[in-house]
Amino acid sequence: MSPAPSLKDEAVVSLFSKYRDRDLVIKIAERIAEAAGGDPLRIMHVCGTHEWAITHNGLRDLLPEGVQVVAGPGCPVCVTPGGEIDALCRLALEQGVAVTTFGDVLRVPGYKWSLAEAKASGADIRVVYGISDAIRMARQETARDFVHFAIGFETTAPTTAIEVIKGPPGNFSVFASHKLIPPAMEYLLESGAGIDGFICPGHVSTIIGADAYRDLAARYAKPMAVAGFEPLDIMLAILNIALQRKRGVAEVYNEYARAVRGPGNKVALRAMEKAFKVTDAYWRGIGMIPGSGLGLREDYIKYDTAAKYGIAASGGERMPEGCSCGEVLLGTLRPEECPLFGRGCNPEQPVGPCMVSIEGTCAIAFKYSDLKLRSRRP
Amino acid sequence: MEVCLAVPGRVTKIEGEKAEVDIGGIRREASLELVSDQGVKIGDYVLIHTGYAITKLDEAEAREILKAWRDVARAELEG
Ligand code: SF4
Repeated sequence: MSPAPSLKDEAVVSLFSKYRDRDLVIKIAERIAEAAGGDPLRIMHVCGTHEWAITHNGLRDLLPEGVQVVAGPGCPVCVTPGGEIDALCRLALEQGVAVTTFGDVLRVPGYKWSLAEAKASGADIRVVYGISDAIRMARQETARDFVHFAIGFETTAPTTAIEVIKGPPGNFSVFASHKLIPPAMEYLLESGAGIDGFICPGHVSTIIGADAYRDLAARYAKPMAVAGFEPLDIMLAILNIALQRKRGVAEVYNEYARAVRGPGNKVALRAMEKAFKVTDAYWRGIGMIPGSGLGLREDYIKYDTAAKYGIAASGGERMPEGCSCGEVLLGTLRPEECPLFGRGCNPEQPVGPCMVSIEGTCAIAFKYSDLKLRSRRP
Repeated sequence: MEVCLAVPGRVTKIEGEKAEVDIGGIRREASLELVSDQGVKIGDYVLIHTGYAITKLDEAEAREILKAWRDVARAELEG
């Protein structure tokens, strides 16, 4: 076996971690201006990591006049119904089950509680890195019932699927709140949100594949590009969308081919197909989106928390009182335009879910805003 | 610990369906179950999400896109 290349091998490392070149970014911005030809171009992305990359790198400031990139519902934690959070708090508090979940879910407000508040009141709430950690805990503590709050888009759903298929222990169940991105994109296109094209999410696409968007692009005549997370990835995707529009075509360009194949990850897709059936699902702040959720199939119903504990599916799509996350998630309002942004709502005291998750558009905007400094002043 | 993050890591050890990956100098365990048909070898880069490798990163494609970025910029210069 030949030794693995050392991490010091800059050439190799830079291939996967250092696509940063300011001059190139600026040149591509100039080409975007040419391609857009002065016409307004409104592109939506649906990925928290894209929002982070765009804001962190200040890409919006580099885009020509009229070319806009707006954030859609790309934060899975933000669209998780408040009623589900309440139901899991109740389960932990009243039935003494241990609830495991991802770190940024903890402080998201339900209507009554957040999981962090339930924990402070004595509930057994544990943060895990992934579902396999939760299952390991369940195997070690057989006297306790474990419920894993499985949130996430197509990137995360296969991890739940594969563990459920393998057969977790009897004291373990999953509250599956996974959501699917293409039906949400279709919902947004149907709602006439004035979107000229989509930057398709990079990580979700590693699973579902670039081909998964072809039908949507064709039916709605909207150019799309799957993009990675470096500034140049995103700029090239925007340029491609602008060029597609100029040429009058609506295709799916796979800019992120180093990670995304056309048909996606077949092993992951097969596992999802085996474990889940497609359901309608509530997206907090948006409403019911047909065919956008995943529920465990009959074969795996014994691992289904809702069935095991008789939790009724709750709507719970309202946002907390006074919070504009719904509009933020639809890309119709920038966080800075919310009256509470930085004045009563900040990451330390979040009002809505978009300010909690590090993938939330409000939390990202806050991190890079002037208000951050101002609101901390006494 | 965030839901949707995925990070690149280099595979340093493989034992059955488990791999040890180096993520920017930190070693972690990752499952290879979801990439079992992608022929992941020691030295390969994979994207890791919540403890699972979700895709192998393709070096040839990475070189392609580097070239594409440069070409785009050059086309502009030549104009
Ligand atoms: S700033 Fe706070 S209250 Fe306003 S939309 Fe964002 S999370 Fe909701």
